Amino acid sequence: MDNQGTVRVFKDDGDSCGMNRFNRISVPANTAFSILFILLALICVIPLVFVVIISLSSDASIQKAGYTFMPIEWTTGAYLYLIHTGNTVSQAFLVSIGVTLTGTVIGLLLNSSMGYVLSRPSFKLKKLYTMIIFIPMLFSGGMVASYMVNSQLLGLLNSYGALILPIAVTPFYIIILRTFFQTTVPDSVVESAKIDGASQLLTFFRIVMPISKPALATIGLFLSFAYWNDWFQALLYIKSDHSYMYPLQYVLIGIERNIDFLVRNTQYFSASMSGGRIPTESARMALVVIAVLPIACSYPFFQKYFISGLTIGAVKG
Amino acid sequence: MDGLLSNVSSRKKWRFGSDNTELALLGLPVVAWFALFSYLPMFGVIIAFKRYRPLGANFLDSLLKSEWMGFDNFKFLFKTPDAFLIIRNTIMYNLAFIVTSILISVTLAVMISQLHSAKFAKTCQTMMFLPHFLSWVVVGYFVFAFLSADKGLVNQILKSAGKKPVQWYTQAQYWPGLLILVNTWKKMGYSMVVYLASIAGIDASLYEAAAIDGGTKWQQIRHITLPLLTPIITIMFIMAVGQIFTSDFGLFYNVPRRSGTLYNLTQTIDLYVYNALTQRNNIGFASAASVTQSVVGLITIVSANQLVRKLAPENSLF
Repeated sequence: MDNQGTVRVFKDDGDSCGMNRFNRISVPANTAFSILFILLALICVIPLVFVVIISLSSDASIQKAGYTFMPIEWTTGAYLYLIHTGNTVSQAFLVSIGVTLTGTVIGLLLNSSMGYVLSRPSFKLKKLYTMIIFIPMLFSGGMVASYMVNSQLLGLLNSYGALILPIAVTPFYIIILRTFFQTTVPDSVVESAKIDGASQLLTFFRIVMPISKPALATIGLFLSFAYWNDWFQALLYIKSDHSYMYPLQYVLIGIERNIDFLVRNTQYFSASMSGGRIPTESARMALVVIAVLPIACSYPFFQKYFISGLTIGAVKG
Repeated sequence: MDGLLSNVSSRKKWRFGSDNTELALLGLPVVAWFALFSYLPMFGVIIAFKRYRPLGANFLDSLLKSEWMGFDNFKFLFKTPDAFLIIRNTIMYNLAFIVTSILISVTLAVMISQLHSAKFAKTCQTMMFLPHFLSWVVVGYFVFAFLSADKGLVNQILKSAGKKPVQWYTQAQYWPGLLILVNTWKKMGYSMVVYLASIAGIDASLYEAAAIDGGTKWQQIRHITLPLLTPIITIMFIMAVGQIFTSDFGLFYNVPRRSGTLYNLTQTIDLYVYNALTQRNNIGFASAASVTQSVVGLITIVSANQLVRKLAPENSLF
């Protein structure tokens, strides 16, 4: 892993040097492979395009022709409707953003502090601490016991804490960070900080964290995507009388069968909407698009961090 | 002499006092996190051996006050036909996922590494990575756009071809195939990259030497790439087998849209536990199934690791 925290899975283009040119698959084979991969790439992306198209179709068009790539009538009505219904959607959006930001910060602090502690070779409780994070990788109390403890003992029912805390720490992230600190933070840096009188806490925040940005970015991305996409915590811990705490992903589950959930919470409805009817079909898909778009637009730029996290995780230390 | 010794030991104590104490404290929040979210629930497994009633002030109190019933929860659970179904579904789906995932992603990784243009390969890989970043809720909607009985694209096509539309969400026989397909779609890009990273690590001079000796590309793949990929394939396989009693809750909860008529072929252990806990309020069955899953999971993952340790000690998890 180099300083940028990236791993290159593809070698250079290869048409520069003779050897590469000589030792490669034939042109017909390359063409056949290329066509296959174009198809596969399209299969992976087309469902998203399809849902975007549905979200831009008028409901009349959907009633008539069903979900189709070529709707009879295009409209942004579904998005206007979601904006006008105001409260529920924007509230869910805010919850998702708030949970993602808070969760990522908390998760980063927790995972990296433990990663640093375990990366110090001289730490005397290293074995004990390693056991503490290791045993849960093998055995867990299961969903029922977790649910009972979180909801009844820790009082997390209907709280934002339930959306954040139970998934903030992952042994896998701790191990990735520990491996990174072990390999890229020189012992001499930590030692000299100590000689200068810095405490371990200060060393960690002022020296180790700043020089570990690539690894922190990787884990931060893992965490933020996980929080943005999470619906399971809300499913278990946020009851329907606290629906204002629903994150976007969970609202999507709520409106699967009927979109009443969005309507129930609003009295406002714009009469200027086409036909004056609620665009149920397209509004649903529009909400899917809103939930996916931040991710679909950003992941190509962050992809390299994911790949580097994935490969460094394979390093056993 | 005495003074010297006590001096040394006090210096040692002082050493633990500063560095180690600070490190111990820095790690303490995470230790507390594990105590609350991992170890407390582990003790909570005794709920499966009790007739749990909310008798006390809080969960622990009620747990202690509830009467013991030994293995009765397990006995009753395993007498229901559900027990066989959920275990069969969990294991069969996992086996199917393991086989399709390894076959498809290894093949694709080898193929994409052969493409002439690295830029083109990179673009395809990026597009194939998209499903990995989507939640199962969103994937559930994607599938619905194609399979909805009255509006879905597949039925539109069937109708225009003069065939009868299919009620996808009520006909169980299609779902094993569908779930395997959707699971492959979501995970193929990710696992392809896992193998691709290994392929990228192979020494290029091996291929050059083979080419100079007249080895064809196919021979190079068979005798260099695949043998060098065998360790990572073995590890991925064994680790997946270690997880065979755990199912991907999101897939089975969201994609079949909780259609009751599909349950025979779509309900897995995790889904059953969730339904028993929240819909039927049957804590006895839910906890018995959940504890069975944890215990069998422990056994499978430890044996899987033992196996890796025998085959390739450097790759074992612990």
